[in-house]
Amino acid sequence: MSAPTPAPTPVATRRSALRSSAPKGDFAPKESPLSKAGAMIVMLIFTLYFLIPIWWLFIAGTKSSDQFTSTNPLWFADFNLFENIGALVAYRDGVFLRWMLNSLAYAGGGALLATLIAAMCGYALAKYRFPGREVIFNVVLGGVLVPATALALPLFLIFSQVSLTNTFWAVFLPSLVSPFGVYLTRIFAAASVPDELIEAARLDGAGEIRSFFTVAVKLMFPSLVTVFLFQFVAIWNNFFLPLVMLRDEVLFPVTLGLYGWNSQVNQIPELRGYVLIGALLSIIPLIIIFLLLQRFWRNGLGAGSVK
Amino acid sequence: MHTPKRLGAIALLATTAIVLSGCSSAGDSEDSGSAAASCEPATEAVELTFTSWIPGIEEVVDVWNAENPDIQVTVQTGPNGNSGTYQNFFTQLEAGNAPDLGQIEYDALPNFRVQDGLVNIADCAGVADAQEDFVDWTWSQVSFGEEDSVYAIPQDSGPMALFYRSDLFEANNIAVPTTWEEFATAAEQVRAAGGYITNFSQNDVNQFAGLVWQAEGSWFENDGTNWTVDLTGDESTTVADYWQDLIDRDLVSTYPGWTTEWDNAYNTGEVWSWNSAAWGANSIISGAPSTAGNWSVAASPQWEAGGESSGNWGGSSTAVFTGSEHPYEAAQFAMWLNTSDESLTMLNESAQIYPAAVAGLELPSLAAGVDFYGGQAIYDVFSEASGQVSSDFVWGPTMTQTYNDVSDGFKAAVSGTGTLSEALESAQTSTIDALKAQSIPVAE
Repeated sequence: MSAPTPAPTPVATRRSALRSSAPKGDFAPKESPLSKAGAMIVMLIFTLYFLIPIWWLFIAGTKSSDQFTSTNPLWFADFNLFENIGALVAYRDGVFLRWMLNSLAYAGGGALLATLIAAMCGYALAKYRFPGREVIFNVVLGGVLVPATALALPLFLIFSQVSLTNTFWAVFLPSLVSPFGVYLTRIFAAASVPDELIEAARLDGAGEIRSFFTVAVKLMFPSLVTVFLFQFVAIWNNFFLPLVMLRDEVLFPVTLGLYGWNSQVNQIPELRGYVLIGALLSIIPLIIIFLLLQRFWRNGLGAGSVK
Repeated sequence: MHTPKRLGAIALLATTAIVLSGCSSAGDSEDSGSAAASCEPATEAVELTFTSWIPGIEEVVDVWNAENPDIQVTVQTGPNGNSGTYQNFFTQLEAGNAPDLGQIEYDALPNFRVQDGLVNIADCAGVADAQEDFVDWTWSQVSFGEEDSVYAIPQDSGPMALFYRSDLFEANNIAVPTTWEEFATAAEQVRAAGGYITNFSQNDVNQFAGLVWQAEGSWFENDGTNWTVDLTGDESTTVADYWQDLIDRDLVSTYPGWTTEWDNAYNTGEVWSWNSAAWGANSIISGAPSTAGNWSVAASPQWEAGGESSGNWGGSSTAVFTGSEHPYEAAQFAMWLNTSDESLTMLNESAQIYPAAVAGLELPSLAAGVDFYGGQAIYDVFSEASGQVSSDFVWGPTMTQTYNDVSDGFKAAVSGTGTLSEALESAQTSTIDALKAQSIPVAE
């Protein structure tokens, strides 16, 4: 389901591998050149493994439809990328752009609010003592184990009862919940927000809300970026929920729209070209957001895991 | 990169299909008698929803809305039926918020019928009389052969004919086969010339069903209560053995359909012909663009010399769902959509819909010569084929499962472990099991 996501991972891994070998301190254990080369080769293979499909997609996106089947799939023929993009954007009054905007709204807005909610929840679980705290946390942890797709049908039946299916909210509201985010922010808040600091803020007259936003959020920032990224990718790739919930084309996220086109390739073959170029364009936002935020997200993951 | 996503979705859909159908068939299958619902027009303006995945259907519906201010139709869309929309229909029927109308392919209609998801619109004004406006076999697909029953209005059809590379056949002095026997002989000649006469697609089980259909076989039967499964009847076995022989002798290629290898095989001239549906004309145009001008269309090869029988591959209908408050208006819209010249012309232009309506076969847009086919008026061939399709072929209520099982067996057969007949035999057993699992009565 998470077709576009693997791309940035090897980049991040490779960079960190490079960086960790950069400072040659005396305390670092000596690596034999052989094991170093071996590690590099393994990395290289994985990098290729993840990048080749994207390379293929890019090449396919630059070809006209007759060259698509008749030329080398991994190398350029005539360069038609911009013509293809133009045709895609023009097709059916630019419905593709609408889908991209929808995806950005679902994923961007949803991930932002989900992060905020998860942060507040995690912070509360970490810093306040109240009866039932562990029970709540364990229930949330249990939520991590339930795949989002398994919830789509029950959610549809519930949303049907309140006549909210086939609306923006049908996809947006379920996206606001991130059990993994609560888990991560709780661990992180416990580790990185000292009780003394909150105490000091309270003594200085800050209310609970204010000390959360001015003190805790800043200290928790790396983990919040991580949660945001996870949630952004999860919503962007959550295809089954929109499939079940939405019937109105103007509400579709880009994944569902392209899937719909792809399902009609048999009868409307020119759609294949649009699906290819659309898939290529649809991974660009994910790549951008990962490149911008990867510094934070690596810190966040690392801190969370060591505690 | 869409394949894993798609498989995941299909797996999930299959799971939910089992869960949901398990719930609904237990209680509802008893009262699914064939008495037509009363069908009265509403006294005030109504709004209808219509789900279809045909690109460009919105523009067609806009025309209707402009002409019928009292019956306003909103289009909803989704992926192709088997890719998710059918499952959505079942979920929506369960939740009680299905659209008023939906597009359903003929092979999926029985599934909706046994789940009691369709309204019998036979008593709606004009519907019963419309029978003569449609090609005979399409009407029997939507009435299930029951008296006084119409569960959908036929929309499009896929009568089959033989697309072939006229240039290659001519250059190699090979006669265009008119019987399957000649086809096998021609296959040897084509193989000797370095090509394959056609491709046997392991995943296009409904194409294979079309071949059985042409041989006057049928895979299912329903006597009103009980279903009979007959994947292994004489006709099916004959067709299966015939193709098994061609596969064994390496006279046909076996690329999976709709893949790039498959396109490439046609585009490079490795494969010379395709016995396919009317809508396939466009698949060749876009899949094999380098071969423009070199194709022609002839009637499908026959099982008996001088025979006049055609198969059908695909086609869909417009059905009214249980729970619609306005079956009368919905039926009027469905009739207009599938019989009026303006609608059929627009559907044909935007989505290559090949009409099920008799008058639709005479559309001006279908009478013209097609450049890709050397200027041949190819739809004349299909129009003739359309009238030669048997009315006796019946689809079963669990076609998704049947297709998957047959396709699995076909995959094994083309890779040399098993035969096409064995694939049908094992699918016969698993289909009967699937029907029983859904409490659908089966006669054995």
